[in-house]
Amino acid sequence: MSRLKELFERKERNVLNVYCTAGFPSPESTLPVMEALQESGADIIELGMPYSDPLADGEVIQNSSTIALRGGMTLSRLFEQLKEMRARVRVPVVLMGYMNPVLQYGFEKFCADAAAAGVDGLILPDLPPFEFEASYKVIIDRYGLDFIFLVTPETSETRVRQLDALSSGFLYAVSSSSTTGNEKDFAAVEAYLERLKSYQLKNPVLVGFGIKDQDTFSRACKYANGAIIGSAYIKALEGKTEVAAATRDFIRNVLG
Amino acid sequence: MQASYKQPDEQGYYGAFGGAYIPEMLYRNVEELRGNYLKIMAEPSFQQEYRLLLTDYAGRPTPLYHAARLSNKYQTNVYLKREDLCHTGAHKVNNTIGQILVAERLGKKRIIAETGAGQHGVATATVCALKGLECIVYMGEKDIERQAPNVARMKMLGATVIPAKSGSKTLKDATNEAIRDWINNPNDTFYIIGSVVGPHPYPDMVARFQSVISKEIRTQLAEKTGSELPSAVIACVGGGSNAAGTFYHFLDEPSVGIYAVEAAGCGIDTDKSAAATQLGKPGILHGSRSFLMQTEDGQVEEPYSISAGLDYPGIGPMHANLFVTGRGNFLNATDQEALDAAFELAKLEGIIPALESSHALAALKKVSFAKDDNIVICLSGRGDKDMETYMKAMGQ
Repeated sequence: MSRLKELFERKERNVLNVYCTAGFPSPESTLPVMEALQESGADIIELGMPYSDPLADGEVIQNSSTIALRGGMTLSRLFEQLKEMRARVRVPVVLMGYMNPVLQYGFEKFCADAAAAGVDGLILPDLPPFEFEASYKVIIDRYGLDFIFLVTPETSETRVRQLDALSSGFLYAVSSSSTTGNEKDFAAVEAYLERLKSYQLKNPVLVGFGIKDQDTFSRACKYANGAIIGSAYIKALEGKTEVAAATRDFIRNVLG
Repeated sequence: MQASYKQPDEQGYYGAFGGAYIPEMLYRNVEELRGNYLKIMAEPSFQQEYRLLLTDYAGRPTPLYHAARLSNKYQTNVYLKREDLCHTGAHKVNNTIGQILVAERLGKKRIIAETGAGQHGVATATVCALKGLECIVYMGEKDIERQAPNVARMKMLGATVIPAKSGSKTLKDATNEAIRDWINNPNDTFYIIGSVVGPHPYPDMVARFQSVISKEIRTQLAEKTGSELPSAVIACVGGGSNAAGTFYHFLDEPSVGIYAVEAAGCGIDTDKSAAATQLGKPGILHGSRSFLMQTEDGQVEEPYSISAGLDYPGIGPMHANLFVTGRGNFLNATDQEALDAAFELAKLEGIIPALESSHALAALKKVSFAKDDNIVICLSGRGDKDMETYMKAMGQ
């Protein structure tokens, strides 16, 4: 059974998924940050693969990627670092990034190396369902990786169902149709999450974008299986050398 | 072998290039456009308004000028397609007029655009003023500094110019910021892309709006020479919108040579260049698969050219297909070759070309044509915006 499946069977509510950027805040901080997240109570770690032009992310995550790239982070280096991952990290790990670096690395080699490192799933926001089904699904399946699609408040019911059918692990619900980190009124979001809940989808739903503290986390969890924190955590790491302490303080503030 | 080089298949592919690699947050907007653009463009009311604006507002048809002294120098017949005489000073307005009419018919109230040198930003601000629509232009912080006159023009036309401060602070980052704006404003906003780049259907839509250039060339050349078909057409390529327009109605005419000139910057053997087909590899940027300048690790590289309008790390997917199939001949011209061509045209013909167009002119030194060949070069824009660079070149 996949680690994600096992997690959601054990824990249906209040699942906390935290995003971190590989190689941020420093080149060798990837694994220490992941360990700190696990020790602080994160249920899933979404590990960002830095990219020069991250369209679906906001300024905070782009800046962290720029810092990581300046520090010399590449996919090869990341997989080197991840060789030790499963000796130190037990929680499910999902790689998040953009198509171009993955294609240059070689899509199949990427999936093989990710699976070998013990990665559980992939989020590639600029891989749309048509291309996914036509060329990539068969490779992803070959290596037993989960693939997670995004849905937004503008996604129609038909398309939500299509994306749910193509996804495994969980479905990523973007809470407002916006790049990460924007503060939006949560009330409109709640109606959308309630709508998603009424579809009774096959995958658990995690809400991302705009979650930053205990209040937003617990409100998101009312309508979904859990939530994803990205920009707010990256901000908390900015300029920090003691990543373990910074992570502990941040997650404590979210989980209460 | 595909049926046509002009148009992509249903999924937006020109051969192996194109597509729509977009995050779900953009899906509804792009799908709305994809489902409607051809329908809208075929409506009689659209056609009528588009043609009227091209004629009375943009100043079309632009002349096809037989450059006698230039022809004499290169011992062939050179015709210049005078897009530099369009309103706002370049071909960009052909596309912004078309897209603003599409935006209007989709009920959009707010227009966003990216710009490098500022020509597309000015052309967008112009049509927004014409239609009374809000206009926001994203422009790299670096480009804002080096293209001050165009920034002032956009502001005078009522546009808000927002500096793109991320990444390299140039055109590619301005495009990222515009896309983010679109993600954040999914309901009322229309994104007017300035070149034949971006997710399907943008490359096709922009190529269709620019195709008026080659449509006119055929008619005008027939009047002047008795044949609609030239021996060759030549255009500069950054993203490639003036080239797409110049090539369009000749792509499926095998007798017509297609010449695309990329910006070599300091030279394609240096690290300061923008010749994407020479230095790039297939990759994905801004929603489509094409040739892309990038590192081994797939990070997008910063291009360089003296001409801000050619300073883009990719190339439109239509052109990528022309390149790999061999239908197009891809040349490149350095900064210095472009400058030389600009000064030559100024002295021989009394026309000061834009730096972008000067790259196309530089092809005359690189390809030898026969004496009775008819060569059409797209003079995509005028050189007013480049006077500072030209003055520097003159040592002033």
